Amino acid sequence: MLALGGTGLALVLALLAGVTIGAIPLSPLAVVATLTDRLTGFVGWHTGAALSGTDAAVLLQLRLPRVILAALVGAALAISGAAYQGVFRNPLADPYLLGAAAGAGLGATLVIAYAPDQSLGPVGIVPLAAFVGALVGVGCALALGTAAGGSQSATLLLAGVAVAAFLAAAQTLVQQQNTDDLRAVYGWLLGQLGRAQWSDIALVLPYLGAAVLVLLLCGRALDVLAVGDDEARSLGVHPGRLRLIVILAASLATASAVAVSGLIGFVGLIIPHVARRLVGGAHALVLPVSLLAGGAFLVLADLVARVVIAPAELPLGVVTAFIGAPFFAGLLWAGARRR
Amino acid sequence: MTGARVEVVGLGAAYGRTQVLTGVRLTVEPGGWLAVIGPNGSGKSTLLRSILGFQRHDGMVRIDGVPTSGMPRRVRARQLAYAPQRPVLPEAVTIRDYVALGRTPHRALLAPPRAVDRRVVEDVMDRLGLVPFADRLLSTLSGGEQQRAVLARALAQQPRVLLLDEPTAALDLGHAQQVLELIDRLRRQDGLTVLSSLHDLTLAGQYADRLALLSGGRVAEEGTPGEVLTAAALERHYGARADIVQAASGPVVLPVRSPG
Repeated sequence: MLALGGTGLALVLALLAGVTIGAIPLSPLAVVATLTDRLTGFVGWHTGAALSGTDAAVLLQLRLPRVILAALVGAALAISGAAYQGVFRNPLADPYLLGAAAGAGLGATLVIAYAPDQSLGPVGIVPLAAFVGALVGVGCALALGTAAGGSQSATLLLAGVAVAAFLAAAQTLVQQQNTDDLRAVYGWLLGQLGRAQWSDIALVLPYLGAAVLVLLLCGRALDVLAVGDDEARSLGVHPGRLRLIVILAASLATASAVAVSGLIGFVGLIIPHVARRLVGGAHALVLPVSLLAGGAFLVLADLVARVVIAPAELPLGVVTAFIGAPFFAGLLWAGARRR
Repeated sequence: MTGARVEVVGLGAAYGRTQVLTGVRLTVEPGGWLAVIGPNGSGKSTLLRSILGFQRHDGMVRIDGVPTSGMPRRVRARQLAYAPQRPVLPEAVTIRDYVALGRTPHRALLAPPRAVDRRVVEDVMDRLGLVPFADRLLSTLSGGEQQRAVLARALAQQPRVLLLDEPTAALDLGHAQQVLELIDRLRRQDGLTVLSSLHDLTLAGQYADRLALLSGGRVAEEGTPGEVLTAAALERHYGARADIVQAASGPVVLPVRSPG
């Protein structure tokens, strides 16, 4: 409970830092006042401190959608990573394991190369292609793994490796044949939130919300699965069916995240380990703590990405690894000393 | 809750085209302890996994006369508890949380634990001497303590039959005896039916009241330890030379080195 409250508070503080810091600094009090005004819609009550004009536009049209999207993407990747690690009983599993990243990469590269600047309604075609590509990648891995050996985790993992390698090769091939688009492809592959809009949030929120809800409900079932397939069976759980549900939900969350942010590494791998160090191995706690901590982490990483070399921006995937790797090394070191 | 009668009739199982078990017929009386013995690869683990329904098989398994085929998983899990030969011990999980997993078939997956679940977990830990370790991580326990935690998880299921695959496989003689004494005490106190595989023939004869010797996927001998553990049977099915010494606690199997 303490850890849950702590990571929740961290997320709120990260969001506040994310909207106030930047080329045009905004006062935290004014931000809170503006948001209260907007949310309550109660025009008669004004603190007098609310933002107006350019400042309000910066807050509402630029920073707010961006930090919220960062929080959603970080949360989705972290809880998916925790779920993947639980389902495969493998601490090195991450949400991209079963071909989600390679599939999304291929989808995005294809449309950047062959159908740029298309859109379906308000939504750009790159997010859609990435979303579909990620689901196709995971779908192929699941189909191949199931055909080869039922629902055993080792077979699924190997099928994921094969599918990811194939899709990555196809992506590289398309990319090399269209070298003019190299910058755009790389920019997407390294992850970015610079063009975040409210429509992106509206696009992914339904899928993300449903997937995250399913994952949160699977916490205790994942604890049962952790004792092995046979023992899970002896406790009345169907390991294959549970694994499929969790993988599908985690992959849907990952595909949603990838669609709007590109490939952001490290969050899905590391945040679940941080969560486990905080609250132990019980998934009923690891999943929600990962969710909140992942959100907070990515908001801060995105803040760093746009502040460090302003007005230019660093790729977000680079920042997560630059901050995340030393942080995690420190955590490992501290853990080793405590023992 | 008392033990159930387990009946196995005409059970056969195969891995692909390799037939592992053929026409196995066994009965364990309520509160009885049947130890399945037999040489390596004779199908002991497959028999236990078939009875539990993990393994596709022919024939029938009945618990107190009710066939297990078609029994919902959770219902079966309230009758049969299982401890595998090599339990998977999850990381960063406390003994109490691990034992509480045994309550899974009794409570809804999405509901919080009820008072009765917590009470059963504490009772079981108390009976197995695990209370001092309750908040420690599973990975910090010794082999014997881990085996007790696995037994506690199985008992928290409040089953009527305990199926134990080589419960002493990883233990030295002293710890093996402690675990077998514990199983025997639990079975006598609760009237639990126990079905276990055991590779140590002397220990099997001392603790189980009946033995079934599996050989080549069939039940070759079945009966009391005195009836099954004979020099001739060990020669025929294990290819072993051994003397059988009748001691107060049961037959003792003494391996004999070949002359020269």
